Amino acid sequence: MEVKKDLLYTKEHEWIKIEGKVGTIGITAYAADTLGDITFVELFSAGEKVPQFGKIGTIESVKAASDIYTPLSGKITDVNGRTSDSPEIVNSSPYDEGWLLKIEIEGNESEKSNLMKPEDYEEYLKTI
Amino acid sequence: MNYTPHTGDEVRKMLSEIGAGSMLELFSDIPENMRPASFNIPEGKSEFEVLRHLQELSSKNSASLTNFIGAGFYSHYIPAAVDAISSLPEFYTAYTPYQAEASQGWLQAIYEYQTSICGMTDMDVSNASLYDGGTALYEACMTAVRANGRKKILVDAGVNIIYWTMIKCYTSNLSLEMVKVPVRDMRTDKENICRQMDEKTSAIILQNPNFFGCADDFSDIIEIAHKKGILVIMSVYPVSLGILKTPGEMGADIAVGEGQSLGIPLSFGGPYLGFMASKKELVRKMPGRIIGRTLDRNGKESYVMTLQAREQHIRREKATSNICSNEALCALRAVAYLSLLGKKGIRDLALINLDKAAFAKEILEKIPGVIKVGEPPFFNEFPVLLSRNADEVVHSMIARGYIPGLPLGRFYKGMDNHLLVAVTEKRTKEEIVKFAESLEAVLCN
Amino acid sequence: MQLIFEKSRPGRTGFKIQKKDVPATAKLPENLMRKTDTGLPEVSELDVIRHFSGLANMNFCVDTNFYPLGSCTMKYNPKFTEKAADFEGFREVHPLLPQLMGGGVLTQGCLEILYNMEMLLNEITGMDAFTMQPLAGAHGELTGAMIIAAYHKSRKNNKKYVLVPDSSHGTNPASAAIAGFDVIVIPSDKDGVMDINEYGKHLGEDVAGVMLTCPNTLGILNPRVKEICEMGHKAGALMYYDGANLNAILGKMRPGDVGFDIVHLNLHKTFATPHGGGGPGAGPVGVKEHLAEFMPISKVVRRTDGTFCLDYNYPKSIGYIAPFYGNFGVIVKAYAYLLMLGKSGLIDAAEKAVLNANYVRAKLDGFYKLPYNRKCMHECVFSAEKQKSNGVSALDIAKYLISRGFHPPTVYFPLIVKEALMIEPTETESKETIDRFIDAMKDAAELAEKDPGIFAKMPDNTPVQKPDEVKAARDLDIRWRG
Repeated sequence: MEVKKDLLYTKEHEWIKIEGKVGTIGITAYAADTLGDITFVELFSAGEKVPQFGKIGTIESVKAASDIYTPLSGKITDVNGRTSDSPEIVNSSPYDEGWLLKIEIEGNESEKSNLMKPEDYEEYLKTI
Repeated sequence: MNYTPHTGDEVRKMLSEIGAGSMLELFSDIPENMRPASFNIPEGKSEFEVLRHLQELSSKNSASLTNFIGAGFYSHYIPAAVDAISSLPEFYTAYTPYQAEASQGWLQAIYEYQTSICGMTDMDVSNASLYDGGTALYEACMTAVRANGRKKILVDAGVNIIYWTMIKCYTSNLSLEMVKVPVRDMRTDKENICRQMDEKTSAIILQNPNFFGCADDFSDIIEIAHKKGILVIMSVYPVSLGILKTPGEMGADIAVGEGQSLGIPLSFGGPYLGFMASKKELVRKMPGRIIGRTLDRNGKESYVMTLQAREQHIRREKATSNICSNEALCALRAVAYLSLLGKKGIRDLALINLDKAAFAKEILEKIPGVIKVGEPPFFNEFPVLLSRNADEVVHSMIARGYIPGLPLGRFYKGMDNHLLVAVTEKRTKEEIVKFAESLEAVLCN
Repeated sequence: MQLIFEKSRPGRTGFKIQKKDVPATAKLPENLMRKTDTGLPEVSELDVIRHFSGLANMNFCVDTNFYPLGSCTMKYNPKFTEKAADFEGFREVHPLLPQLMGGGVLTQGCLEILYNMEMLLNEITGMDAFTMQPLAGAHGELTGAMIIAAYHKSRKNNKKYVLVPDSSHGTNPASAAIAGFDVIVIPSDKDGVMDINEYGKHLGEDVAGVMLTCPNTLGILNPRVKEICEMGHKAGALMYYDGANLNAILGKMRPGDVGFDIVHLNLHKTFATPHGGGGPGAGPVGVKEHLAEFMPISKVVRRTDGTFCLDYNYPKSIGYIAPFYGNFGVIVKAYAYLLMLGKSGLIDAAEKAVLNANYVRAKLDGFYKLPYNRKCMHECVFSAEKQKSNGVSALDIAKYLISRGFHPPTVYFPLIVKEALMIEPTETESKETIDRFIDAMKDAAELAEKDPGIFAKMPDNTPVQKPDEVKAARDLDIRWRG
């Protein structure tokens, strides 16, 4: 299962791409595969402030439902509307077209130490 | 004979395959100190003896009283074909259609039920059934709370008092604020409801016709509620929807009700049928099973349980509801009933109920001892103000072979002389006239 | 098959209504009248009968197929109980009648059944009081969880957690949540029962109750359940028994004796009332003496003269959980079944249910992985992990079984077993039926080794095959629009 190099990861299988103050969030290929065919994505709206590991949405497949948590604290600035009309893009392109939200990162730098580097996440996947 | 087919020889063979020396050994995980302290159940009887016993018990109940009571639970005629359909073993001895290929009949029947309920209420979507009208109302409250995140529910006192007590009970541990808004002259106090709508209000609950039988048009307050982001839940009597303005036409967000009147016997309180339909935006907040139509691998139309990610077997404590077993067989009866009646039948049925009740009102009004009969518009039920205590009148009327209605004093202060009278299509002109004569005799005694 | 709506022909009807015999013609104001079409079909009675008979033919059911759907107890439902529930004196009685002055004497038979049933269930479970009101198993769980809340509230205990094992039914946590509790999930140990050390760790003074299914959803009876109840009581928690699996222990163990404070039963499972395509069920709740005051109102009581009446005088009651007295029509059937089986019959049911399940377990051991390889009670849980490594899942095996004419076992539950196949044969199935099922399961295991590709074509003889569930959820079509 693909683990991208330039991202940070959570134990709940979210990723975040950090570009300055902007964080782009999605779920990992492993998570998308485990959920199976995704049928519904419901995300919090732009403008909402969320603490690290706070809930930012829900993803459903036929046989499972999973809450999505933000890897870092911040204010939601953008939501990928395509995921509500075509939830399948989260399966087909979890790291790219299937991104979920963007946040303006507001938390302390130290929050990042609660996240996994790609190689750590890869190790973590082996333990599951 | 206990419906266990095993011969002694078979039991021995099976035990030996298992590698157990005796039946007792199979229960050896139950240690001595966990064995029953007693198990004093009478020994079994034959089918004949049990049926005779039950026949005796059933004959201690009077099913022969002429019925003028409703209060949300109505005696309508049930076509024999409804019983025939719900007696098909392929329906009644199956279970939840988890395996679509082995349950297409059930799945399609529920899809048709959902369609019928949507058509009756003019709503977009329906679930596959809830336990009864009261639990459906509770589930509707929770659907609203999930949808807009607010915590206060305004309940018109014209909502069935039995449902009010139930939703109070269900929400007692959920930090919701349930506010009952009193009626004025047994009608919804729209001004008061509007005054109490605020930014904390999640939903208002209305009922049509209300508990006192009054029919209304709530379009006006629904519009006001919507402007304030408040959802509107409406409890309805499905037979009345043959002619009455629907929750959908009035703009309600969720329609619920007791489906008993749709071909389900009174049976001393159950099993009944809670139906629930809503606007499509709320479908993922809904409780209960939902059946969807799709295509199979050969491109053939087929049916499956869908949106299961809402349900307890997947989402556990975060589910939209804890419901698992529902009232599918009652839903089957309802869709069979509605199919038999059809477009014209449901309208004719509603009209005949309306007319018979109007006739009953006319002749009851003329009885000395009847002070006042509730003002129309009503559907098939109306309050009657008597010159005497309604409980006592009921007592005397029962002795004369009638259930004359529900005395309202038990539920409402100051209404000791009020009787709520329902007239369905089953009551003939002659029965209504004789009922009036008996009532007159009782009142003037 | 066409929908009933597609069979509609303008002007047809399946219902003859009586002529209006009253002179009145009521007129309602226009704004109160419906303007829209109900969309109901216009069909004849024969159309309706053919339609639903045709649909019926597409269902598997207990009367036609072996139905070992684990956790659901799909035993044979005796026909005479249908007849009993249909007696006019039960079917036609208005539920408000006993609440009217002078109406109680005219409903003595109904009240007596509710009372007798309470006495029987008390003795079967070792409890002190039962309410017949809950309308299904999960509804009983909610009633029980609300009783737990009311009990602690009355003692001013501030407790917020309910413990459930990870093998529990989803309804347990869902019910506890509605009663206002947060749920803590306790893992199972290597023997398939709740890990007693983990349990002890979480059993703090903020725990209100513990909900257990016993035997559990793996079909395993925890021999230490008495100890578990004692630990719970010591911590001030109430012990809740989920009666989904009572069928396994009738006359062998009573939840009340081992320390449970509250139980719910599923009458439709244990006492053989038809499951009706998903319901109705009935979920009576029993409690020990110290909780009786919190039970829902009303309650049927027996007066000294032997007559029965409804009692509402329970000021600490949780309130009204049902509109009336429960799913009476279902209760009558369970009552009839209980009377016919009697003491020996009930014990026999439990024994044969456990015998059949263990027989399946023993015969299929080796063909499928047994995640917890020990004696089971009324059901056994296999894993199709071995088959899965060849690309054949539990679901594939289920679809294969459908082709062979068997309703599949419950699959993917309990959640703690990968590729779970949960088999509950029930006591009413004969050895030859079970042998045929075992053969089919063995064939599936063999095919998974030799010809795994064949499963992609399963089922191959059903009216529809592998409906697209993803499409169903993405392109939602849940009502017909013509």
